Amino acid sequence: MIVLKNITKSFDGRPVLKEVSANFEKGKCSFVIGASGGGKSVLMKSMVGLITPDSGVIDFDGRDFLRLEYSEKKELRQEIGMLFQGGALFDSLSVEDNVAFPLQMFTEKSKSEIQERVNFCLNRVKLDKVNKLFPSNISGGMKKRVGIARAIAMNPKYLFCDEPNSGLDPLTSRVIDELIVEITEEYNITTIINSHDIKSVFDMGDHIVFIYQGQQLWEGNKAALGNSGVAELEAFIAASKF
Amino acid sequence: MKFLTRFGLYLLFLSACFRKPDKWRMFWKAFFNEIYKMGNDSFPIVGIISIFIGAVTVIQFGSQLQGSLVPMTILGRIVRDANILEFSPTIVALVMAGKIGSNIASEIGTMKVSEQIDALEIMGVNAASYVALPKILASLFAIPALVICSMFLSNIGGAISCFFSEMVTVDTYIQGLRMDFNGFFVTHALTKAFVSSFLISTISAYNGYRTEGGALEVGAASTKAVVQSCLAIIFFDYILTQLMLY
Repeated sequence: MIVLKNITKSFDGRPVLKEVSANFEKGKCSFVIGASGGGKSVLMKSMVGLITPDSGVIDFDGRDFLRLEYSEKKELRQEIGMLFQGGALFDSLSVEDNVAFPLQMFTEKSKSEIQERVNFCLNRVKLDKVNKLFPSNISGGMKKRVGIARAIAMNPKYLFCDEPNSGLDPLTSRVIDELIVEITEEYNITTIINSHDIKSVFDMGDHIVFIYQGQQLWEGNKAALGNSGVAELEAFIAASKF
Repeated sequence: MKFLTRFGLYLLFLSACFRKPDKWRMFWKAFFNEIYKMGNDSFPIVGIISIFIGAVTVIQFGSQLQGSLVPMTILGRIVRDANILEFSPTIVALVMAGKIGSNIASEIGTMKVSEQIDALEIMGVNAASYVALPKILASLFAIPALVICSMFLSNIGGAISCFFSEMVTVDTYIQGLRMDFNGFFVTHALTKAFVSSFLISTISAYNGYRTEGGALEVGAASTKAVVQSCLAIIFFDYILTQLMLY
């Protein structure tokens, strides 16, 4: 479980996050939604440690991330998997080397054990015969799937997905959504998804946090999403025709 | 003030780079790969430039010595010392700033803007050390090795120039090359080569690592890396020459 308490962040005196608090539970797909520039990405980057908030608490199952020592942070980061908007695959490495990278870096597994795990992860995201290809030779949807395979290679406890459907056709988006839900339930992961794809939110959102101009205006589940009573959220949903 | 801020950030970047690698096996693999890339890929251009520098130096000094009472054996000595002391270490360093420096900055800059550096950091990898340290250490081996090759090839270039011109015979030129050799000049040249290598690789890696934005910014970082490296090379060339030779 991840607990956020009063997360605040400003850039050059301009507040981007204003006392955001939320709970993200294990085994559930939690969404952070909101318009572009509303602070979603800053919140996610704060949670994974790419940005240090000005104040607040980010608690990973009892470990306050912002107050951990360097070595403790490093250990915690190995429990985190992240799917980036553009995949963020290493250009110089083949698909299988991308998936193998965290295993080679942080485990003492033998070559055959790593290969076995790589094949398992690629099969899990329904990719085969692409092991030797490079990121530049595969499609956007495949890149996302390789990104998921790399993210789950180390059996993470926490999975962060930044705009997993952006730039994908509706069918591929659905495949990616289904994969994220399956993996979250199968491995009992705490999954947090940044998105403004309302269709995905209604399909998979066990828990939803709505951010508007850096403020958390609403928190609830997909059943309550339609009747939130928050004008900004209703306008956001109404604007997303699907 | 801006310069001091940037210099401080550069030092912080260096302190992040010079940390124990997360996995030695992966470090060595990247290190030898970089040495091969830098040394092997740069050798042809360094070779061609060095041969022509040697050839041109012979013609220029030779034309000034002709008709004077100075013995022509001095030509070989002048060309040798000029190449060892200045042309090889400095010109090779400037060429490498353009070739290796821009390559390092654009490679790391592209990784930065495409979130590959972020991906490394989230995994718990020391990204600065992982991407930059093998390049920095590899340059400390590859560039001085290229400078040594350049010293040798520029003197060969001088001999080729003598062969095709009637200024001085190849035998006289070689006699001059072997005259009063001072080994300290090689030490001086290699000191400059090591300092230049460090400047090129660290300044370029720093500029790449600080890139934010997109393709345009990667290009700008690459240009900045080359310009700053060149300025740093000629500045330290002067300082080291003053300290070691005067």
